[in-house]
Parts: sequence; structure tokens; C-alpha cells
Amino acid sequence: MMIPDGIEDEEKWLAEGIAGIQHNAFYMHRALDANNLREVLKYSAQMLSELRTSKLSPHKYYELYMRAFDELRKLEMFFKDESRHGVSIVDLYELVQHAGNILPRLYLLCTVGSVYIKSKEAPAKDVLKDLVEMCLGVQHPIRGLFLRSYLAQISRDKLPDIGSEYKGDSDTVVDAVDFVLQNFVEMNKLWVRLKHQGPGRLREKLEKERSELRDLVGKNLHVLSQIEGVDLEMYKDTVLPRILEQIVNCKDDLAQYYLMDCIIQVFPDEYHLQTLETLLGACPLLQPTVDIKTVLSQLMDRLSNYAASSTDVLPEFLQVEAFAKLSSAIGRVIEAQVEMPIVGAITLYVSLLTFTLHVHPDRLDYVDQVLGAFVKKLSGKPKLEDSKAKKQVVALLSAPLEKYNDIVMALTLSNYPRVMDHLDNETNKVMAMVIIQSILKNTSCISTADQVEVLFELIKGLVKDLDGTDVEELDEEDFKEEQNSVARLIHMLYNDDPEEMLKIICAAKKNIMNGGPKRLPFTVPPLILSALGLIRRLQGQEGDLTGEEVPATPKNIFQILNQAIGTLTTVPSPELALRLYLECAEAANDCDLEPVAYEFFTQAFVLYEEEITDSKAQVTAIHLIIGTLQRMNVFGVENRDTLTHKATGYSAKLLKKPDQCRAVYACSHLFWVDDLDGIKDGERVLLCLKRALRIANAAQQMVNVTRGSSGPVTLFVEILNKYLYFFEKGNPQITSAAIQALIELITTEMKSDSTVPEAVSDPFFASTLRYIQFQKQKGGAMSEKYDSIKV
Amino acid sequence: MVPLFQSQENIIGEVLVEPTQGKKFEHNGVKIELLGQIELYFDRGNFYDFTSLVRELDVPGELYERKTYQFEFSTVEMPHESYNGINVRLRYILKVTIGRNYISNIVECQDFVVRNYTPSPSINNSIKMEVGIEDCLHIEFEYGKSKYHLKDVIIGKIYFLLVRIKIKNMELEIRRRESTGSGPNTYVETETLAKFELMDGAPVRGESIPIRLFLSPYELTPTYRNINNKFSVKYYLNLVFVDEEDRRYFKQQEITVYRLLES
Repeated sequence: MMIPDGIEDEEKWLAEGIAGIQHNAFYMHRALDANNLREVLKYSAQMLSELRTSKLSPHKYYELYMRAFDELRKLEMFFKDESRHGVSIVDLYELVQHAGNILPRLYLLCTVGSVYIKSKEAPAKDVLKDLVEMCLGVQHPIRGLFLRSYLAQISRDKLPDIGSEYKGDSDTVVDAVDFVLQNFVEMNKLWVRLKHQGPGRLREKLEKERSELRDLVGKNLHVLSQIEGVDLEMYKDTVLPRILEQIVNCKDDLAQYYLMDCIIQVFPDEYHLQTLETLLGACPLLQPTVDIKTVLSQLMDRLSNYAASSTDVLPEFLQVEAFAKLSSAIGRVIEAQVEMPIVGAITLYVSLLTFTLHVHPDRLDYVDQVLGAFVKKLSGKPKLEDSKAKKQVVALLSAPLEKYNDIVMALTLSNYPRVMDHLDNETNKVMAMVIIQSILKNTSCISTADQVEVLFELIKGLVKDLDGTDVEELDEEDFKEEQNSVARLIHMLYNDDPEEMLKIICAAKKNIMNGGPKRLPFTVPPLILSALGLIRRLQGQEGDLTGEEVPATPKNIFQILNQAIGTLTTVPSPELALRLYLECAEAANDCDLEPVAYEFFTQAFVLYEEEITDSKAQVTAIHLIIGTLQRMNVFGVENRDTLTHKATGYSAKLLKKPDQCRAVYACSHLFWVDDLDGIKDGERVLLCLKRALRIANAAQQMVNVTRGSSGPVTLFVEILNKYLYFFEKGNPQITSAAIQALIELITTEMKSDSTVPEAVSDPFFASTLRYIQFQKQKGGAMSEKYDSIKV
Repeated sequence: MVPLFQSQENIIGEVLVEPTQGKKFEHNGVKIELLGQIELYFDRGNFYDFTSLVRELDVPGELYERKTYQFEFSTVEMPHESYNGINVRLRYILKVTIGRNYISNIVECQDFVVRNYTPSPSINNSIKMEVGIEDCLHIEFEYGKSKYHLKDVIIGKIYFLLVRIKIKNMELEIRRRESTGSGPNTYVETETLAKFELMDGAPVRGESIPIRLFLSPYELTPTYRNINNKFSVKYYLNLVFVDEEDRRYFKQQEITVYRLLES
């Protein structure tokens, strides 16, 4: 209950204070209207006495202060006009000092002092010096701060700066600087002292309140930065050392942090660059609790931006050896602040890295140095746990990628993988993804096997199971996305030179082979396809003399591929492996390597026999096999027979009749390749089709038995289409009579009562008939062929 | 309004005596006295004349009409200033007495004020002192001078060597100490003429607080030391610290106040 009461009371006290100010201001206005100096001084002093309260928090005190401030403006107008009060400014300056209470006295003195400087009856520097010294009388932190803030306010436009009308003969910029610095030092002392006010239990609240006052102090630095006469030399010799002296000596973390930040923000970057040593030298002297990393980061960010602003300034950076200085300062700070959490250190390295990327984009060694320093800091420590720290490391490692848009650059940094070693698995993966994304985004090619090795070292978190990965935790979708990215990455490994490309493929293969059953199905296919691409390229250079010594021959590559696909069968992922075998077989066909192609087909059939048990998968597989086999032209009669025999055999052994039927009629194409020198065995085509018809019949009957109605005639229509195809291609075994019979069969089937009208087969049949009609009427040789078919 | 003189001045004037219209006036002689008197209030009615000069203006005789007497006191020694204190008054009067037989004399008085000016003292040392309460408060203070004229400014500073108490504020007081009588019959009155706040809040070690106090707004007199063994008026600067529990700590220093002879 204590604190709510306190707040209520505070409201009351503020209201009372405001009422007091208004009351006295009223009489002061009357006196002002009457030009009665005596009364003016009396009531203004009484009004200002309200500011003597100790009961208000800084926030509320500020409200009160602003009320008084407004009134003081009116007072100043009055003082300025000697005709109204008849007293010379010199006498007025004395007169206001007769007030018994110090706070009203000094507010009045500052107000008159302002007029005094304007009157130019005394040098500005003398008046300012007097004011800033007299203000020493107010040692109460809040009251003192506001009083000095008032002084700063009224003096701002009256400093004897270069080009200022108040710069007299004897006044120099030094006087202006001295004045502001002195006021700054005193204000900071008061501000720091505020920390020790009040009981401990309210410490936190008080610190917050204190923080609200910081801008009063910081304003002085702003004023200093606005003084035109403060050139680099003066900043270097006077201003900065004195500010830093105060910052270091005040031994207060809040003030130190804030003021360091202030310096960095208010003074020009060029000055920072030229005084880097001094500024950085102060850092290790600050309190250990000061958030120095943020300060340094700010500084480096600013310098980075400065460097980015114009290339003209870059020589300056080199001239002052900015990188070396910052780098060593960071080292010292990290060393000095033993307590600093690792995330702090990382933040610093990130900033330094950003800096060097901006300022010295050509100095990769700097980047590596930064990473190296970071590795040193991490060495001997457990892997990073803190999520913020992890984020920062990702930022650290991403920065060079973003800057150079070139992963190859990162691959040359020896410390890059070392940093990654310190990441936990999860972050490692995140980083690996960043790297991959960067490569994909920039479509940068990884063109040497060495780079591939380094790259896979970097992304090993994605490529294989790391120790301690809890498989349970893996999110299926994330995993898929990761692996798809890796798959895409594999396509970015490329070199025009086949030798190197082969090395790349081998390196990639070596790395992905350890991926385990979950990853291989994602990573093997792109590898295979990439290798097949290489094979096709080699094939294009067939004319070249390729000696036996050269490893990059299709044959060699096929061996590698065979091995790679083999791993998939153990995964097991037989369907995928089968597809890949067929791909390879086809490639081998194109290379005219019969034994190789045969070997791949063998593997495919073995898989079909041993691994593919699901009937749907079998259907797909057999169609793939048939399709591929049909295109093969490398095989001699014997091999071909063996393979086609196998294919037709397996087709007829599928579980479902319709599947059997379709596979079998598909097999018919194996015996009729519509090429110039393709096989054209009309007999066996017909055999296949007839067999298909028998199976279709059987299927029809099975449906009849089980459901009491005829099944769809779709299969017949499909077979009819095959007949038509081969009929047109000129297979002598396919006669118009056979077609005619098939049409009639279908027509009969469709008319039979037991047949359920069917949505698919009816229009299919109808359009097939329409096609025949069309061919008949089209004219020419084809029409004659069709002539005998009646529809 | 009273006339103002200083020591060594000639006091010249005239006394006008006018009998009631058409009547003869008999007298035992006319005289004028210049008196410097000290009056102690607790000893009411007794005046100590430290100066007494007489001029006979007329021998015994008769007056028929108004008559004017010129008088002159040349280079009168008036070492003390007029003073109007709490327990004591120092005054100067011109007293005209017309003596008469059988009936009481006619006496008329005229006050005048004396002020004496002194040149700037050739020696005027600063007051500088280190004082303290052990382990609580140690300060060093300095007043620029020990002798001040009435329109002077006290310039000085207070330097804090050790601060262990929570000071709320610091004031400089000007105190006047008037002592009258002597021995067991000494009466002392102290008045605080000025209370001037020098500092608001608690300083820390190493702070130096300026003093600038204009004396002109206060009604001071010069310092009077042992005037005719009857009284003294002395001035003190009293430096007062008030802590947060309103306890007061102070250190008092005498200063000499003088009336400056404008050159």
C-alpha cells in the first residue's frame, strides 16, 4: 500500500506546486504590468521557491520546472527592457543576488545573466563562467540538474563560438567549450549522485527515474558537437579527453554506457575515426557492468556506414589502421570483462566483421582473422546453448556470404568451419541452410572437388547425422525442406572440365553416402542425374581421344553410379533405385555400352523381383521397365529377348486382371519399334494383344461372377486402340477383320443387358469410332486401309 | 530629518530667542552645550556624557525683542558614531539653556547624527580555517577578507574535505552582537540580520561551494568596540549546516565592519 499512496501524494504535491507557481506568477504578472521591479523580484523568487521541493520524482519535477520555465521567459523580456525597470543590467545582476534562497537566486541570476550577455556589457565568457560556478551551490541532484539544464538552455545561443556575435575580442571558442564542458561535468556528477538517493527497496524504480533524466546530461554533448569552433584538433586535444575523463571517473555504469553512446552518436564519424585510439582506450576502463559491446557495436556500425557513404573516406580508415585498432580493442574488452556473456562477445565480432566487410571488402584475411579470434574465444567451451548467442553466430557467419554473394569466398576461410564446429546441431543446420540458400540465390557454382569437400564439411549437419541428434525431434517437413535444399545444392556443383567434374561427383558421393536411410532418397537422385549429365557431355565429345588412363569415361562413371544406386536398395527405397537404374540403363544405351545397360536392367529386374512387393508399385515399375526397354537399341537379340521375355512374363503375373491386361498390351510395343532399323515383330505383337484380350475377357467374367453384371468394356476399347495403332503402322498381323471383330465384340458387350452403362468407356469407345470414321473419310492411303472396316 | 556630521567638523549655527510679544523677559544667561551621550536602557534616566562643550551666548539680563545668537564649536572631537541599539543609545545633542530665577530654566534640544568614515584598512587578511566534527564533517572555508565596509561583498568558498552526514543545506548568517555594561551587569543581545542560503542539498567530498554575499541589503553599522567602556557592537559570520534531521552545525567568525571613506 505504501507505493500507491506515494503516487497519490506525489500527484497532490505536484498540484500544490503548480498552484503555488500560478499564484505567484499572477502577482508577478501584475508587477510586470506595473513595471514594479521590486515586486517582480519578490514574486518571481517566491514562484521559483516552488522548485525547492524534494517530494517529486524527476518526472513530476520536470512538469513543475516547465511551468516555471515559461514564466521565466516573460521575466527575461522584462529584464531586457531597461526602460521598464530603470536599473542597469550590471546593477540588476547584483540585485537578484540579494535573494536569500539559493535556488530562486540562481534561476534569477541565470535569467539576468542571459540578458547581460546579450547586452554585451560584459564579455560572454565572464558571465558564463560566473554562472556555471555559482550553480555549484545547488548540490541537490534533481534540483541541480534542472538548474544547470536551464543554464544550458539559456546559454545555448550565446556561446562565444566562431561566427557568433558574442565572440568578443578576448573570448574564444575555448571559453565556450570550457563552459559547456564544465556544466556537463557538474551535471553528470549530480546525475550519478542521484543513484545514491533514497532507500534501497526503491532502487529499481529510482534507477528508472534516473534514466529518464539522462538526456539533460547528454544535451551538453550535443551542444558541444554543435559548436562550430570545435574542429578535429580541438576535439582531439580537449573535448574528447575531458569528456572521457569524466565518464571514466564517474564510475557509474548507467552514465558510462549512456555517455559513450552519446559521444558516438553526436560527434561526426570522421572525428571518431581520427580519435579511435583515445575512444577505444577508454573502453577497458569502464565499469565491468557496462554494456560495452553495444557501445562498440554502435561505433563500428557508424563507421561502417561512414565507410559505405563514400569511397573517398576509405583511405582515412587505412591511414588510421581502423581495423587493427578496433580488433585489438575488442580483444581487450572481452579479456577485461570476464563476466560478459558469450553473446556479448559474438555481438562484438559481428560488428567488427560488418565493419571490415564494409571498409575492407578486399581483405578476406581480416574476415578470417575475426572468425579466428572468435574461435579462440570459443575454444575449450561447451557448445553454445544460449539462443541469442546462436542467432548472433548465424549472423556472424551469414555476413560474409551476404556481402560477397559468393560462397566460394567463404570456403577459403580457414576459420569458417571451425566456428561452425562450435554450434549445436540445430544451429549448425540453420547455418547450413543459410549457406545453401546463398548458393542457390546467387547460383554460384562450386567448381572444385576441394571446395566441395569444404562445403560438405560446412553443411555436414544436413548431410549426416551428427552425434547427439535426437531423431525424434526432427520435424518431418523441416527435414524434407532441408534435404530438398541439399538436393538442389548438388546441382550447383559443377565444372566444365570432365576430370574435375568427376572428382566433384566422387567427393559429393563420398559425403552423401553417409547420410543414412532418411537422406539418401533425397540426395542420391540429384547426384545420379548430375553424373548422367557428365556422361552425356562426354558422349558429346566422343571424337576426342580418351586414353585408358583417363578416369572420366562413361564406363567408370557408370560403375560409380551402380554403387551409389545400390545403397538406395539397402535404404530401402527400391522404387527410386529402380527408376535410377533405368535412367542409367538408358544413358548406357546412348553410350552404346551394352553390358552396362544390361547390368542396370538386371539390377532393375532384381529389385522388381525381390524388393517391390506392393502391387501398385509393381504396376508402375513394370510400365517403367517396359517404357525404358522399348527405347533401348543397344541390345543384341539374345539380351533383348531375355529382357523382353522377363518383362512380358512379369506383366502377365500382376495381381489384378486389368493391370495384367494393360501391362501385356503395353508389352506389344517391345516388339515394334517405330524406327528405321527398329525391331518389327508383328507376330509377337499380335500374340501380346491377343493375350491381352484373353485377360480382358477373363476380367470381364470375373466381374460378372462377383457382381452379377458385366464389367466395363474400357479394357477392350483400350486394346482396340492398340490394334488401330499397329494397324496404321502397317503390322501385317493386324488385319481389318480382326479390328472389325473387336468392334463388334465391344458393341455387343455394351448392348448386353447386364452391362452397366459406364461413364468412361462409352465416350471413349464413341470417340474411337469417330476416329475410325475420320480416317475412312480423310482420303488417301490410310482411307483405303480403313475401307474394309465397317462401323 | 536630522543633520549629519562627522568628527572634527565645525558645528556652526544660530540660536533664536523671541520673547512673547510685548513682554519683558528676564534671564540669568543663555548658553548652548554640545553633548555626546550614552544611554543604557537598563539604567534608565542616567546619561553618560562622553563629550560636553559649552558656549555662553549671553550674560544675565533682559530681552525685549527677538534676538539671534551665533555659535560655533570648532573641530569638535566626536569619536563615536550615533547608534540606536536594543539596550543602548548613543546620541549627540545641542542643548540651549536659558537660565531663570525662581522658576525652571528653559531648555531646548536638537539631535544630530554623527557618522565617521574610515579609509580602507591597509591590512585586511582573509579568514581561512579548517574545521570539522570528527569523522562526520570536515570543511575548509575561506572568506576573502576579515574587514568589510557596509556596501561590501563577502566572497569566499567552502571546501568539503569529508562529508558523512546528510546535509540538507548550508547558510551564511550575519549576526550582530550588542553587549552593554560591564562585569556582572553585562547584557548581551544577538540579532541575526541575514540568513543567506549558500548551498542546497548534500555535497560530496571534494566539492567547493562559492560564497557571494552582498552586504548592502542589510542594515549594518560599523563595528563598535568598547565605546566608552559602556558598550560594544560586533558582527559575526555564522556558517550553518542543517542536516536532514534538522540538526544544526555552525562555525562563527567575527568580521569587522567599517564605514568606508569614499576617496
